[in-house]
Amino acid sequence: MSTTTHGHAQDHGLSHVMSAKMLLGVWGALIVLTVVTVITATQPMFNFGAYANLVIAMVIATVKASLVCLFFMHLLYDRKFNLLIFMGSLLFVLLFVSFSMMDTAQYQPAIQSRVEAQAQ
Amino acid sequence: MSTAAAHNHHGEEGHGHDPHLAHHFDSPQQQFDSGKLGIWLFLIQEVLFFSGLFCAYAVYRANHPEIFEFAHRYLDVTLGAVNTAVLICSSLTAAWSVRAAQLGQRKLMIGCIVVTIACAFGFLGIKYVEYAHKFHDGLLWGEKFNPKYAPGGHGEEAGHSPTADAEGHSGQHATAPGATITQEAAGEAKVTTPRNTSIFFSIYFAMTGLHGLHVIAGIIVYVWLLWRALKGEFGPKQYAAIDFAALYWHLVDLVWIYLFPLLYLIR
Repeated sequence: MSTTTHGHAQDHGLSHVMSAKMLLGVWGALIVLTVVTVITATQPMFNFGAYANLVIAMVIATVKASLVCLFFMHLLYDRKFNLLIFMGSLLFVLLFVSFSMMDTAQYQPAIQSRVEAQAQ
Repeated sequence: MSTAAAHNHHGEEGHGHDPHLAHHFDSPQQQFDSGKLGIWLFLIQEVLFFSGLFCAYAVYRANHPEIFEFAHRYLDVTLGAVNTAVLICSSLTAAWSVRAAQLGQRKLMIGCIVVTIACAFGFLGIKYVEYAHKFHDGLLWGEKFNPKYAPGGHGEEAGHSPTADAEGHSGQHATAPGATITQEAAGEAKVTTPRNTSIFFSIYFAMTGLHGLHVIAGIIVYVWLLWRALKGEFGPKQYAAIDFAALYWHLVDLVWIYLFPLLYLIR
């Protein structure tokens, strides 16, 4: 796959033209990965516990997202500045979500004890 | 952009009278790259916009995993998976419409745009079926959450008339606001759900609803592009709008790629 990164016809004009083979290949990979993620989430033999299955599902989703970004969205062939600002937004999402999770986790014991007190 | 930049005095490299080159750009390449940077800035704004809901999801799931493990079983994995495939196919045709425009394959480009629009409508149609089902069965957000049956039990418990029971019960606790505990305290006669199960459906409808609005916006953009394509506005030197719309459409696909496992495939 990565051998086609350079040396492809860049002379077609304003931006890189994705080959038909690559488009179909990426599409096929996305469909296969969708089937794989459904199987790992529903079949009993792939039940590794809630946490492990969440990680598996997120890894598959991230591989799919990377395929879409790098090939369908041309980020691999584009000016790298576009990739940079996109990765930058993901960095801020990561900060936002992780800090929010750490913060809210701090009040859970207080909430839990209040719920238990009300229940009594 | 569409109006010919009359009397372009900045023309360099012999493109001075290119009708597609706006006067404030030096070259078609610079114009294209600027537009692409613009659409990417819009897309990262979209990522941050959606991240608020992903953050809500992460916070609630981390603190109350039992709600998600219970409530996701109300969702239909098959419909979700089919919708994922439909969006992936529409992403393929969107990407191919860019290729066709770049290579000057006008009929193929128009065909790809039409299929993209058709897939978008297909996605919304399946989404409508899912939403209608949830409205019918009381699988809704906040205080509207009033399930007619337990997950997996296709309404056979409806004979117990849990609706009336739940209302009588919430009447008792009417003085305590936010007493969603009634669902739990219900006992044997009605559907027992973990405390605050309605939060799952609040998040579900907020996330899929916002995503659905983006699909509708994508349809509007692509219908507009189809109109312009039929007028013959696009070609190998003039396909920026096709490219940028496809980038937006891929982002809508990206959001769904995460929404599908997060909402439907919990275990």
